[in-house]
Amino acid sequence: MSEWWTYSLTSFLLFSARTYYRLFELYNLDVWPLQVATLALGVAILVIILRAPAWGGRAVSAILGGLWLLVAWAYHLERYDPINFAARYYAMGFALQAALLIWTGVIRNGLTFQTPLIPAKAGIQNNPLGARSPWAPVFTGVSGAYGLALLAYALLLHPLIPLSLGRPWTQGEVFGLAPDPTAIGTIGILLTIRRLPWHLLTLPLLWCIVTGLTLWTMEQPEAPLVPILAILAVLAATWKTRTSQAAPDG
Amino acid sequence: MTVPIHRRDALRVLAGAAAMTTPALAQGPVLMRKIPSTGEMLPAVGLGTWITFNVGNDREARASCADVMRAFFAAGGRMIDSSPMYGSSQGVIGDGLKAIGNANVFSAEKVWISSGPRGAAQIEASRKFWGVPKFDLLQVHNLLSWEEHLRTLFAMKAAGQLRYVGITTSEGRRHGDVEKIMRVHSLDFVQLSYNVLDREAENRILPLAQERGIAVIVNRPFREGDLVRTVMRRPLPPVAAEVGATSWAQLILKFIVSHPAVTCVIPATTRVDHVQENVNSARGPLPDAALRARIVAQVEKA
Repeated sequence: MSEWWTYSLTSFLLFSARTYYRLFELYNLDVWPLQVATLALGVAILVIILRAPAWGGRAVSAILGGLWLLVAWAYHLERYDPINFAARYYAMGFALQAALLIWTGVIRNGLTFQTPLIPAKAGIQNNPLGARSPWAPVFTGVSGAYGLALLAYALLLHPLIPLSLGRPWTQGEVFGLAPDPTAIGTIGILLTIRRLPWHLLTLPLLWCIVTGLTLWTMEQPEAPLVPILAILAVLAATWKTRTSQAAPDG
Repeated sequence: MTVPIHRRDALRVLAGAAAMTTPALAQGPVLMRKIPSTGEMLPAVGLGTWITFNVGNDREARASCADVMRAFFAAGGRMIDSSPMYGSSQGVIGDGLKAIGNANVFSAEKVWISSGPRGAAQIEASRKFWGVPKFDLLQVHNLLSWEEHLRTLFAMKAAGQLRYVGITTSEGRRHGDVEKIMRVHSLDFVQLSYNVLDREAENRILPLAQERGIAVIVNRPFREGDLVRTVMRRPLPPVAAEVGATSWAQLILKFIVSHPAVTCVIPATTRVDHVQENVNSARGPLPDAALRARIVAQVEKA
């Protein structure tokens, strides 16, 4: 595009906030009661992370991969694309993330969870595979704790944003169906993994920026929220990288 | 003593009575402006669709856009402007036209694709969305690949598949290029941003349009609504009453259409009452140079 520097983000704004939020309202009505199922899957992931069974990494990766594909298709392609050309590219990004999750977590079995809220000793005692197993839960503090908090936020609090801002509660964005809570929840989940998979964090973090810019362009008050949660995640993650590099077990 | 009643007076009384029931007739006929290249007359207020008509598959919102279109035509409007860049807007217009039936629409579309050869296919896709036999006006959106697209558009016009050819820009971009194209090519229309605060076009483009006989469409009259939101914090100034404006929006639109080079301004809205208010700003008196200066002063103060 010529003279692209003369364009502001608002030059590319294609729809109103009203239309954007109505998308979620109509989407929620269309797919009900799928929300119950995706939230249940989110809770299941939370339990798996806390208990860290040997099959945990594979199961969580498979669930997440499926949910990212669901968002790519049911939200981006089916609903967002009619009002935003970029949505087809977002769909590709979400499908790529699904593929990466399945490749890394299911095929390569590369995700191992830690249990940040359970002290290491208790974790080891509870772990049938013993302390030297690669599945052994390890307490790594900030990263894991923030990760769990982020997942809990994505499941329970994020859908309440419309209600808190005086919009209909039916516009709530639900984990596993809407892109924002799915990305935040995924970042949270990934922060609880022993070896931080940066290649799996990249696209969800990128999405947090995209969604922040979209809402900021529409001058919505909640615009900074998701980007801030993502920045804190990067800080927590680098904290974890430092501490785990220092720890002999890391 | 008996007072003779003249026919004209009687009509005036009747018109007054009608005005009480139909606000659209309150201030007489809609101001019409001439398209210089043909002499065809066009109502000076049209309807833009950027953002407002991109409502996707939301059935309720699509129906309310059709209501806006219906009110627009009923108030006396004709030109509806859209672009392939506006997402689902084209299909929403098409639905509206179908629902309304024999609307006297002046269809203004754009071609917006970097590939010149693919322009024709995009235009055809747009035409299908609108459901019209042919477009009245096609414009090269934001001068994107303008040389190639202008060739296509002039060829379409020569073949009778199109009535008018134009180019667009917005927010003051590339006025130098716009000027060059206006000088070299026999354009029917040029579209640009112009409002009480963004008056750069007054210096060169608007006088050039008058000189070259090119019709002018004005986009972003309200700076995407920001301008109205800002001035609305202040009470409507006395100058409004002098030009028959009942709102800030009308005052801003009257300022734009009072420029002699302007053919049609295309405010966008999602509301029936606003579309009526917008078209009605093309009725009644318009500000002269002195009143225009006062409007600028009032808005700049707000």
